Amino acid sequence: MEKRVFIKDTNHVGKKERTRDFYTAFLAQLRERKLENDVQLIRVADIGAYNQGFVVHIYPDDFLYSNVEMQDIPRMIEESILGGKKIDDLVCHHISKQFRIVLRNCGVIDPRNIDEYIVHDGYQAIEKILSGYTPEKVLEELKTSGLRGRGGAGYPTWLKWQFTRNVPSDQKYVICNGDEGDPGAYMDRSVLEGDPHSVIEGMMIAGYVIGATKGYFYIRAEYPLAIERVKNAISQAYQYGLLGENILGTDFRFDLEIRLGAGAFVCGEETALIASIEGKRGYPRPRPPYPSVKGLWDKPTVINNVETLANIPVVILQGGAWFSNIGTGASKGTKVFALTGKVKNSGLVEVPMGTTLREIVYDIGGGSASQAKVKAIQTGGPSGGVIPEDFLDTPVSYESLQKLGSIMGSGGMIVMDANDCMVDIAKFYLRFCVDESCGKCTPCRVGGTQMLNLLERASEGTGKREDIEKLKKISLAMQRASLCGLGQTAPNPVLSTLRYFEDEYLAHIEEKKCPACRCGALFRYSIIQEKCKNCGLCAKNCPAGAILGDRESGYTLDQEKCTRCGRCFEVCRLGAIFRG
Amino acid sequence: METAELKETVQNIVNEWKDREGNLIMILHQIQNRYGYVPREVSLQLSELLDIPLARIYEVLTFYHYFKIVKPGKHRVSVCMGTACYLNGAPGLLNELEHLLGVSAGETTQDGLFQVEVVRCLGCCGLAPVMTVDGKIFSSVQKDDIAKILSDYSHKEPIFSSGDTGSQA
Ligand SMILES: Cc1cc2nc3c(=O)[nH]c(=O)nc-3n(C[C@H](O)[C@H](O)[C@H](O)COP(=O)(O)O)c2cc1C
Ligand code: FES
Repeated sequence: MEKRVFIKDTNHVGKKERTRDFYTAFLAQLRERKLENDVQLIRVADIGAYNQGFVVHIYPDDFLYSNVEMQDIPRMIEESILGGKKIDDLVCHHISKQFRIVLRNCGVIDPRNIDEYIVHDGYQAIEKILSGYTPEKVLEELKTSGLRGRGGAGYPTWLKWQFTRNVPSDQKYVICNGDEGDPGAYMDRSVLEGDPHSVIEGMMIAGYVIGATKGYFYIRAEYPLAIERVKNAISQAYQYGLLGENILGTDFRFDLEIRLGAGAFVCGEETALIASIEGKRGYPRPRPPYPSVKGLWDKPTVINNVETLANIPVVILQGGAWFSNIGTGASKGTKVFALTGKVKNSGLVEVPMGTTLREIVYDIGGGSASQAKVKAIQTGGPSGGVIPEDFLDTPVSYESLQKLGSIMGSGGMIVMDANDCMVDIAKFYLRFCVDESCGKCTPCRVGGTQMLNLLERASEGTGKREDIEKLKKISLAMQRASLCGLGQTAPNPVLSTLRYFEDEYLAHIEEKKCPACRCGALFRYSIIQEKCKNCGLCAKNCPAGAILGDRESGYTLDQEKCTRCGRCFEVCRLGAIFRG
Repeated sequence: METAELKETVQNIVNEWKDREGNLIMILHQIQNRYGYVPREVSLQLSELLDIPLARIYEVLTFYHYFKIVKPGKHRVSVCMGTACYLNGAPGLLNELEHLLGVSAGETTQDGLFQVEVVRCLGCCGLAPVMTVDGKIFSSVQKDDIAKILSDYSHKEPIFSSGDTGSQA
């Protein structure tokens, strides 16, 4: 197999020139030795090590070198790439706390080529199963493994499969939930794009266990590349006889098709998703009956998240006991997070359950991206909550995050700093849920709008003290009476910000101040005359024409016209614009 | 769009999907991919070909944000308002865009050149804030970049690049 060399500058995030120079130098030296066709040099976004200078990862030998300098390039080519020898003094000793199960192949194999997946133990799990595992034996392994759903609710995967298996029916279905609704997360997208066959294999195993001969991928239309990769992977699997009839010479048959989402968050909810595949509006319906009894076209259906499915082949190959050794308490294995927001190294991270939030945000993420202190993180997207910096020593598990008033969710992890306003964040998520509410049930439709009005009042400076009680009351009603998970969890961002940052709400309501200077009505800009040198830059940049005056007589800011866009604050080099 | 050609295209798409259950959404995806929206005459034709009421088609079209029923501007400019982009300055980008083009989100400029819209997470959160023009992604966009990006598109032909949507694999 040809060699692959991954490189990344792990110190200067965002400075593309440095990486480019290194890359060019490396490539030039490969060319000198006429190796450019045998060695693929790739700049990657994440390499699993941080703050270690240039990191170089050589495949398939799996040599990981850190703090590499330009002058090390010839050595690496001669000794490692050509000679296959490890260079001890370059070896990276600070491999991060990451552990890759789900992302095992992402970025390592070419996802467009089924052979590469096969070389990396691909389709070995289904082969192992078809040559001697009964469905019960598979369930037993899954039970031992402790694998739980990664789509949000954390339901034990073996149990869901067993229920579906036990319902007699002439037809059953497997669905892969690739709707990835959390705005600000992209774990599932990366798996579908980077390792589609692992998900296909997971679905085949599900089909074998429950007795389904047909499966559907439901993928959001906003992910065109993921759709293309999955489509390609399915047709390759058909060519290799891994899908269709008589798979691997047995009488197991399995067919797969793709269906697309169309921009409705609620369609991530399983019953709504089923309605959508059926070609209808994505309205959820009450459960029970659960999809395991009455799902797609009223047939028993297993519906699993992308990440859950990508874990399955590994559980089978390594064994449930191996898997259950990773993780903590009732949360086994790893979890992939999309670490984003105000963090230095944003990207996908996969860590064993039980890793602390602090390790994720600081050791892997490198902490705050700016001077401002990290204030909180948000997990679980619109259904989750915020966790203040003081609680970052909490180890990640389904239970621990729930105890803190958030949820594990599907893996969004957003870092917020001192410049982010918690009332604004709550409003952001709530507005999302209000926009996305399908309108079928009253608590969600009406309750959400009422809460949003109250939050809007607070951020406009017309809030009242009693609004806080009202918010809590409506939350409770929505949690108890909404039809589906969307409405039941929509109040979470509000409740958790209230729980930890009530002082910020009070500042908005009583002092009419937004401490983070986000809520436009509660702070203003003005010119600090002592610092102003009359350069006129602010006046030139103000889109609202709110800065009056000229270079002779100086400038003033017209509060009536000001739209609080912050342009003047950003352009002033003298710090002469006051905000507060 | 030639009426005859349009009719034939729709007929072909329907033929491909006709016998599959729950095909309506997939058919609509293919039509929107080709034309940028789902014209009313196509819905009428679909209603006939699939033998379903027109209301059933509009029920679906209006439920899903992704589908458009009015002709879009020549170039579709989308600003991501997912959480990561929101925190990293997307509201400022939208502001700037609206200011430069003189329209609000959801509207099209009078010359029909640009349509501005807000989208949810494009799955590139690590590159926030993100915007797209005709499906091409621009990452870590600063307010000052926008005028340049737009000017590059003033003359280009649009491409509806939401990928070819999953006809049977
Ligand atoms: C409003 C709402 C949105 C959801 N969105 C998603 C989603 O985008 N992806 C996902 O896998 N699960 C989502 N879920 C959870 C699914 O309903 C379902 O529990 C999950 O797909 C089951 O798979 P798992 O057991 O593998 O986690 C959502 C649930 C609700 C209530
Ligand atoms: S939040 Fe904008 S790409 Fe994800």
